[in-house]
Formats: sequence, structure tokens, C-alpha cells
Amino acid sequence: MSTARLIQGNEACARGALAAGCTFYGGYPITPSSEIAEYMVRELPKVHGVFVQMEDEISSLAAVIGASLGGSKAMTATSGPGFSLMQEHIGFATMAEVPCVIVDVMRGGPSTGLPTSPSQGDVMQARWGTHGDHPAIVLAPSSVGEVFDLTLRAFNLSERFRTPVILIYDEIIGHTRENVVLPDVVEVEDRKRPDVAPADFWPKAAPADGVPPLPAFGDGYRFHVTGLSHDERGLPSDDAGVAGSLLARLHDKVEQHIDEISQVETRLLDDADIAVFAYGIVGRSAREAVTRGREEGIRVGLVRPVTLWPFPYDQVAAVARGVDTVIVSEMNRGQLIGEVERATAGRARVVPHLRADGQPISPNELLSTIRTAAGRGA
Amino acid sequence: MTDVRNYLREWAMPHVLCPGCAHGIVLRSFLESVDQLQLDQDKLALVAGIGCSSRLAGYVDFCTLHGTHGRAPAFATGLKLARPDLNVVVITGDGDGLAIGGNHLIHAARRNIDITVLLLNNAIYGMTGGQAAPTTPQGARASTTPDGNTEPMFDACKLLIGAGASFVARVLAATPTEMTKVMKDAMTHPGFAFVEIISDCPEYYGRYNKIGGGAEMLTWMARRDAGVATPLSKKRFVNHIPSSPTPPGMDTGVLLREIRPVFSGIREGGPRGT
Repeated sequence: MSTARLIQGNEACARGALAAGCTFYGGYPITPSSEIAEYMVRELPKVHGVFVQMEDEISSLAAVIGASLGGSKAMTATSGPGFSLMQEHIGFATMAEVPCVIVDVMRGGPSTGLPTSPSQGDVMQARWGTHGDHPAIVLAPSSVGEVFDLTLRAFNLSERFRTPVILIYDEIIGHTRENVVLPDVVEVEDRKRPDVAPADFWPKAAPADGVPPLPAFGDGYRFHVTGLSHDERGLPSDDAGVAGSLLARLHDKVEQHIDEISQVETRLLDDADIAVFAYGIVGRSAREAVTRGREEGIRVGLVRPVTLWPFPYDQVAAVARGVDTVIVSEMNRGQLIGEVERATAGRARVVPHLRADGQPISPNELLSTIRTAAGRGA
Repeated sequence: MTDVRNYLREWAMPHVLCPGCAHGIVLRSFLESVDQLQLDQDKLALVAGIGCSSRLAGYVDFCTLHGTHGRAPAFATGLKLARPDLNVVVITGDGDGLAIGGNHLIHAARRNIDITVLLLNNAIYGMTGGQAAPTTPQGARASTTPDGNTEPMFDACKLLIGAGASFVARVLAATPTEMTKVMKDAMTHPGFAFVEIISDCPEYYGRYNKIGGGAEMLTWMARRDAGVATPLSKKRFVNHIPSSPTPPGMDTGVLLREIRPVFSGIREGGPRGT
């Protein structure tokens, strides 16, 4: 039977990981994510899992990738400065197609910035932080309960698509305690294993869905894993055809499954003149601001991407077709607003409500922007 | 003895190594070690970084991971902790292991995790075109030290002893019988085993420093008996660089072998393994 528990966002993350079958955590201490590590070190031994504190965030994700190649579901968690260091191996895991989960509990930046204050300053880094063209799957919970659900989902998507998945939320969600009902039974996805004999196994030969099966090291399949451009046998190749088709497949396996990956919460948009686009903790302020706006008779609704990447261009475009104004609110100097403008493509006015000073965006301040957009006094 | 070619992915060749490069001799010793120890090919993981030596991982028929520059010990740590049933061997170079990856190497040694690291030291960055490495002797020429290197070099074995490795050895690619024996000792050692293998780079180091090609470099390597640094430190090209004090003795052979608790990631009192 499901029971309600008062838990912190970071604990919900660790619990979600364990529910997904995570048996390996490699990490490096950093505020405001450290509680995830501290929970995992206590709980992993109970599931015969391994915790290791590495020498930095670069090695943390390397160890996670090594463990994943050994067959474990593996994760790490960090915050902005550490997330910067992890970009190298986010790229490696994308190229080598190694499932893993990276949690970024965002704090104010750049650099060491505001270690104990919330921010949404890493959402473009989550998309484009590692070099080269690459796909990205990034999930953004807005509550403690959703942290649990989306950590589980991050593991499932990672296993399903053989790619790193980033879970991104801010310090407030990480440290807030909420009463949540955790499910006793969850749906868990495991990576596909090859169904051919080792002699016939080509590690990067993909079936129609673009996701090649992945055996564990030590299980009888001897194969090569590399971050170099490589052919279907896994061997390095700088052939233009090989490089182009590998990159195309890496993108296609994510982008052609956007309907399976993408989740967007919408509220009260049917008759709306104004849509508020917000995600993560700001999504909650926006939900409250929309409710209060409605109480004042303003036809306002909410669009909250739960999946930030791949970005829900089609859904946002559909919303923009039905409204006059899209208010984009985020705790940064304007990052996803650029994507909203691309999706809106002039169909609606895009109005920013941004804040990047380590303070959250309150429902009241957002409500005043809604009032102004509706032509009323703030 | 099995033909060591049985352990090669001949279908993955031609390889990237230059004519005269001693890395092939090192690879043969490694494969002979694996064969003589009768290690299970399915249970042997070779984890590499970036560079000429690391590219060897692509040509051997084991589970092979060609990771990122300098990070092989970190990948290997995660793999070994997740799969203690595997023999995990890291193959790295001097730039890979001692410059960009120095931090990972010393921490893997400190933990005394049960992996073996083979560091192929050719005293230069070969793959990128002959730039100076932390192992390039003072006075030696490289493409980024055209007037001779002014920086002191690392003694990799001293570094690893200081960091806490429980098996530390240095061998020469010019003495392959000894090399194979030491590799076998390293791979059967319980705990972190480090073998620095003095290899060569005739294409860059040999050419820039007028030592010669592969054969001349091996002869030169085998001749020295006072250690590795001495003949190199005498090879000076720039007069205004003062002679260093007596170079530290860089002996070959097994320099340290101790049995110490091995890091397995299993917490005392935890249920794992009980």
C-alpha cells in the first residue's frame, strides 16, 4: 500500500533512483545536491549496490559510465560548477550510447555564484554544454513528488534510448520538504540485450528504432566502446558516410520518439488570451498566478514543459496559435524564451518575466505581469 | 603457448602506430601475459584513455573501452566496483596518465582498487605531433620545446608510491622478457598495480633529439644501466640550461610490492557480499 511521507526533494530523487533499479552512485560533494549522495550511501548497500565518492565531477561521471558498461544502472548528482565538469562525459555517454542519469540541482551562477540559492541558469547548458552536435533528454520536475517520478523516468528513458538523461531542478525543489505518496510498484525499463550469438554481435548495429542492444562487459560479448566516430562494429572511422549516419541516428533515436519522451502540462488554455510558459519551481508559481488571474477574470492559462529537451516546439506553437500573449517566466536572464520565440514564430507576443538574483519568482510578481499583459493595472 | 594473434582483432587493422614504435612490443608482452596467466578473454576489460598507447585497446579481443583523455582510471574504477568479477587493466600513456589524468591516477592508487595500470611512457605526446609531456626530460626537444625543455620531469613510480599504490614497477620495452614477467606479477597482484613501461617514439622524440629510429632507440634504452633519466639528461641541446643535480635514480624492476586492504566499495557491515 502506498503511504504518504514527508521528504525532501533530494531524498525523493534518491528514492526514485532506487525504485528504478539504480545500483551505482558515483559523485563528488557539492551544494545543493549533496543530500542525494548521503541518502544513496546509506541505501545502496541494502540493494547490493555500490557508492563511491570520486575525486571530482569528471571522474564521477566516468565511474558511472564504467559501472553502466558493467551492466549497472548508474547515476551521479551535482550542481552548476560540477555540471560544467561533467560535460565532457555527457558527450562521451551520448556518443558511446551508455545509459546513465545525471542530476543537476541548479544554483546561482556563473562560476561558484550563489551556492545555496535557486536558479534555472543551466537549462541551455543541459542542452548544449558538451561540444559537438548531439541530442539531449532533459527533465524538469516542479515538486518533490515529481522529482521521484521523473528520476524514475530518467532511468527508464536512459535505458530505453541508450543515452544519458539529465534531471534538472533548482535548489528550492532540492531542499523543500513535502508530503508525497510514493508508489509501491513502479514500471521499470531495462536496456535491450542482444539476441544474437557473440560472434554475430555488432555493437552499434541498430534495429528500426535506432537503439542498438547493449550487453554488459563480462557477459560473453567482447566489443569495443569509443568516443571516436565509429562504424556499426564499434570501430573508429573517419569515413564521412559513417560519421554522418552515426550522428543522424543518435539524433533520430531521440527526435523521432519525441511523442514518447515529451511531457507537457497545460491548464486552462482553451479560452485563454494569455499563456504563461514556466517550468520547474517557477511552474508552480505560474500555476498559482494563473489561478489568481482567473479569479480576477483574466483569461490566462499555463503551459509547463516537464521535458525541457527535446523542446516541445509543436505544443508551444499550438498554444501560441490560440493566444495573444505568451509570458515566459524563468529564473535566468532568458534561456528557454529563445526556444519559445522560435516555436511561436510571431503568432503571439512573447513577454519575458525573468529573474536571476538567487530569489524565486513569486506568484504575486508573476500575477502583476499577467495583469499588465491583460491591459489591466499591475 | 597460444599464438598471441588469437587475442588480436586483426579485422580492426591496419593499426595507427608508426614504424619503429615500441608500443607493439609492449602489446605483445601484454598478450603473452594474458595467455600465460590463462585469463578469461570474456572477463578481461581493457580501459584506455586517449593517445597512441590508448589506441591499442581497439586492436585486442577483450571488452575494450576507449574513453576520454586521462580518465581511464576513473572509468576503470566504476567498472571494477560494479563488476568485481572482471580483470580490469588500464592502458595509458605518459601525457594521458600523468598530465591530464594525473588526479585520477593518484586517487585510484590511493584507494588501492584492484586494477592494473600499464603506463607506456614515450616521454612525448605522439598522437598530437610531438609536444612536450610531463615526462619529457629537461633539455630534451619537443615541438613545444624547440630550444629544449626547461621544466623538470615526473618520476611516475615515485609519484605512484607516494599516492599509495601497492605494486609499483618500471620496465623497459627493450627487455620484453622482463616486461612480460612484471606484467604478470602486476596483473596477479591483489590491489592497485602500476607498471611504468619505458617505450619510445622514434617518429618524434627520436627524430627531434637525434637518437634515431626504432632500433636505435631500443638499443639506447637497453644500454643504460644507471636508470632512465641519466642518458636523457646528458642529451642536452641548449647550453644555457644548467646541468641538473644528479638525476634521481630511476631504477627498473619491481620497486614496491605490499599487501594492503583492497577497496571494493563494500561498506563494513553492509549486506553486500554477506
